[in-house]
Amino acid sequence: MDKEGLSDPRDWVDKHGDYLYRCAILRVRDQGVAEEIVQETFLAALQAKGRFAGQSTERSWLVGILKHKVVDHFRKSSREQTNPASDLAGSALPDLFDDSGHWKGEAAGPKEWANPSGAVDRKEFWEVMKRCLGELPPRSASVFSLREIDEVSSEEICAMLNLTKANLWVILHRARAQLRHCLEVHYLGRTG
Amino acid sequence: MNAVQRTFARVLLRLIFPCTDVTRLVSESMDGTLPFFKRLRVRSHLYLCVWCRRFSEQLSFLRDALRRHPERLEHQDIPPPSGLSPEARHRLKQALSSPER
Repeated sequence: MDKEGLSDPRDWVDKHGDYLYRCAILRVRDQGVAEEIVQETFLAALQAKGRFAGQSTERSWLVGILKHKVVDHFRKSSREQTNPASDLAGSALPDLFDDSGHWKGEAAGPKEWANPSGAVDRKEFWEVMKRCLGELPPRSASVFSLREIDEVSSEEICAMLNLTKANLWVILHRARAQLRHCLEVHYLGRTG
Repeated sequence: MNAVQRTFARVLLRLIFPCTDVTRLVSESMDGTLPFFKRLRVRSHLYLCVWCRRFSEQLSFLRDALRRHPERLEHQDIPPPSGLSPEARHRLKQALSSPER
C-alpha cells in the first residue's frame, strides 16, 4: 500500500511528467537530456518512496529529487567537457561601454525601471524573462539557473562543472548583464 | 575642464574603478565576499554613478524575483515541445508500472 500522501506511481507520469520535464528543460536545454533526467527522477522517487515524510507535496518532493539529478548530470558531463571557452561564445550583449570603461552615455546606461516589484505578478514579465533566458548561450543558461534559481553555491558549481572561480564569475557576470539588458529593452525599461 | 580638474578626475576614477570593473565586481559580490578595499571602492563608485547603481539594484532584483518565484518559469510553456514526448511518456509509464519492490 502507498504511504499516506503519495499517489500511485503509475499516475505520476500523467500528473507530474510535463511539469518535471519543464523544470528539467529550463536547466539543461536539451530535450533528450531533460527526458532522461525525468526518468531518473521517477526511478529514484520510486526507490525512496518509503522515506517520503509528507512534509511537502508530492510534486515539490519530486522537484527536489529532480534538482539533485540535474546536479548529477552536470557533474557527469563536466568530465567530458574540455573546452570552457565555448561557454563564453555567442553572447548577445552589445558593447555598452566606451574605451575608458564607462557607460556610453544615456542610451547605454541602465534606465530606471518602472515598478519592477509590480512586474513580478504579471504574466508578460515572465514571458519576457523566459525569452531572455532562452537567448543566453546554453551552458551559460545552465550555470545561471543553478546559481540564481537553485541557489547552488559558487564553490559547488565550480566543482560540478570543473570551472575555475574566475571562469565562473565571467560566465555569471555576462549572463546577468545580458539578461538585465534584455529585460530592460523588452519590458522593464519601456516607458509609457 | 582645466588641467588640474582633468588630473583630479583621472585620479578619482582610478581610485573608484571604471564602470566595466564595477559592474563585474557587483556581479562577483553576489557569489562571494569582496576584499574590504575593493568593496569600499565599489561602494564609492556606486555612490557617484547612477548607472552602476541601477545596474547593481537591478541584478539584485532579478535574483530576488527568480528565487522567490521559480515556479513562474516552470509553469510557462516552453516551445517546442512544452512537455514530454509521447515516446518518453510511454517509456516512463512502463518503468513506473513494473512490479513494486
